[in-house]
Amino acid sequence: MKNTKPNKNKAEDFKQPLSEKITEFCIRLAAWLCIFFIGCILYFLVKESGGVFFKDIFTLTGKYWRPISDPPDYGVWVLLAGSLAVTLTASVIAVPLGICAAIFIGELLPQKFREFLKVMVEFLAAIPSVVIGFLGMIILAPYIKETFDLKTGLTAFSAAIMLAWMAMPTIVSLTEDALRSVPDTLRDGALALGATKWQMITRVLLPTAKPGILAASMLGIGRVIGETMAVLMISGNSARIPKGIMEPVRTLTATIAAEMGETVKGDDHYQALFGLGVVLFIITLLINTAADRFINKKYTEES
Amino acid sequence: MSFRKQNPINQQKRATFGLGLITAIVVIPVLLILGVVFVKGISVIDWNFLTTEPTNGLRDGGVFPAIVGTLILVVGAVAWSVPFGIATAIYLVEYSPRSRAANWIRLAILNLAGVPSVVYGLFGLGVFVIALKFGASILAGTLTLALMNLPVIVTSTAEALKAVPDRFREASLALGASKWQTTRHVVLPNSIQGILTGIILEISRAGGETAPILFTVAAFYLPRLPQSIFDQVMALPMHLFAISTQVPNIGLDVRYAVALTLLFLVLGVNGIAIFMRAKIRKNRIW
Repeated sequence: MKNTKPNKNKAEDFKQPLSEKITEFCIRLAAWLCIFFIGCILYFLVKESGGVFFKDIFTLTGKYWRPISDPPDYGVWVLLAGSLAVTLTASVIAVPLGICAAIFIGELLPQKFREFLKVMVEFLAAIPSVVIGFLGMIILAPYIKETFDLKTGLTAFSAAIMLAWMAMPTIVSLTEDALRSVPDTLRDGALALGATKWQMITRVLLPTAKPGILAASMLGIGRVIGETMAVLMISGNSARIPKGIMEPVRTLTATIAAEMGETVKGDDHYQALFGLGVVLFIITLLINTAADRFINKKYTEES
Repeated sequence: MSFRKQNPINQQKRATFGLGLITAIVVIPVLLILGVVFVKGISVIDWNFLTTEPTNGLRDGGVFPAIVGTLILVVGAVAWSVPFGIATAIYLVEYSPRSRAANWIRLAILNLAGVPSVVYGLFGLGVFVIALKFGASILAGTLTLALMNLPVIVTSTAEALKAVPDRFREASLALGASKWQTTRHVVLPNSIQGILTGIILEISRAGGETAPILFTVAAFYLPRLPQSIFDQVMALPMHLFAISTQVPNIGLDVRYAVALTLLFLVLGVNGIAIFMRAKIRKNRIW
C-alpha cells in the first residue's frame, strides 16, 4: 500500500499537454477520414447518378449504348462485355507471365541482377497510361492490323496486350512479396531433405504462398478493369457486343472518359455515366475486398 | 510418373531457362518503349520546345504551359495528401496497430488504391467542380489527385515507420517520453528518408495521371500560365492525349517528343526515389 500510493499520484501528476492531445486527435481524425472518403465517393457517385438505375432507359442488361439517339439507350451490358473481353484477355496473358517472372526474379536469379530487374519492373509501373496508349496506337495497332489482316488494329486484343504489361508490375511485386513471406524454415527443410531448388519452389513455396499469389493476381486484374486512358486510345471504341477479341470494343472506363465532356449536369446522359461509375466502383470494391481476405490468410495462421 | 524419368537437376535447369525467358518477355518491352520514344522524340526537343507556348491549335510551338501545369498539379497534390497520409500511417503503425479500427482503415486504404482513376475523375467533377463550386480549376484537380494518391503515401510511410526497430521505441518510452514524443523525436527522424521516398513516388504517379484531371482541371489548349488556383491549366499527359487523338495533322515526331518529355519527368523522379531507397538500405544503422 505504501508503495502504490505515490505511484498512483505520479501517474495523475503527468498531464498530457494540450498540444499533444490536439496532435493525437488530428492523427486519429485523419485515419478515420480514410473510411469516410471511401463512403463519400460511393455516396456522391450514387447521388449524382440521380436514381438512373430505376429509369427504363438505363438497364444493366441492355445491349445498346446510344446516348444521342432519341429516345436514348443506356445499356450497361455492352460496355461491361467490352470491359470483360479486355480484362479477361489481359489476365490470361499477365497472370501466368507475371507469376513466372516473380519466381525467377525472387527465387532463382542471383542477387546482383535482381535489383536491376526490380527497377525495370518499377519503371514499367511508372510509365503513364497515356504514354502506353500512345505507343499502342502508333506501334502495336498497325502491327496487329497487318499480322491478323484486320480492318482496324484498334481491337480488344491490342488493348489487352498493353494492359497486360500495365498489370504486370502489380502481379510481379506482390507475388514476390508472397513468396518472400514464406518462412525460411520451410525452404531449408525441403532443401535438407534433398529436394532441388526447383522442387522446393513447386512443392513447398508455391502451395504455401498460394493465397498471396491469388491476391496479387486479383489486384492486378482490378487494375486492368479500372484502366482508362490506354483503353480509350487503343480499344477502338465501338459500342457493340464483341464476337471475338479481334474486334473493337468499348469499356466502362473509356465511355466515361470519352463522353463526360459532352454532358450537362443533371441530364440523363450525365446520370448514366455516374451510374457506370457506380458499377465500376462496386466491381473494384468487391475484387479488392476479396483480395484483402486472401492477403490476411497468410501462412502464420496455420503454424 | 514423368517426374521419375526426369533428372531433377536437368528439370531445374530447364525450368530456370524457361522462367528466365518469360522474365525477358516481361522486361524487354520496358527497354523497347524507353528506347523507341527516346530515339524518335529527341530530335524535336530543344530549349525552344521546352520553354515556348503552343501555337496554331497545338500544331506548332512548345509545351511550356503543360510542363508548368503538371508541376503545379503535382505540388498541389503532394501538399494536400502528405500531412494526411503521414498522420494516417502514424495512427496505423504507432497508435493502433492491431485494433479492429485499424483493420477497417487498412481495408479502406486498399480500396481507395483500387478505385479506378476515371472514377476519381467523376468524384472530383461531382464534388469539387460542381457541388463545392470550385469549377474546373487547379484547386479541384489537385484535391482529386491528392485523394487518389493518398494510399501511396499511407502505404510507403507505414513501411518506413515499421522499419524502425521496436527497441528504439521501448528505450524512449522507458526514459519517460510519451507516445507522441517517442513518435516525434525517435520514430519520425529515423524514418524520414523512407517517407520522402514515398512522397517522391507520389510525385511521379501524380505527374502521369490523365483520367482524374480530364474533367477537373486540364485545359485542352490554354497558351498562358494560370493566374490563381481557380484557373485551369494544361498538363503534359492531357497534352499528349489531345495531340494523339483530338487534333489531326500533327507530326509524329512532335507527339514522340511530348511523350519523351513526360517519360523523362516521371521516370526521372521515379529514379530519384529508387536511388534514395537504395541509399537508405545501405546506410541503415541498425
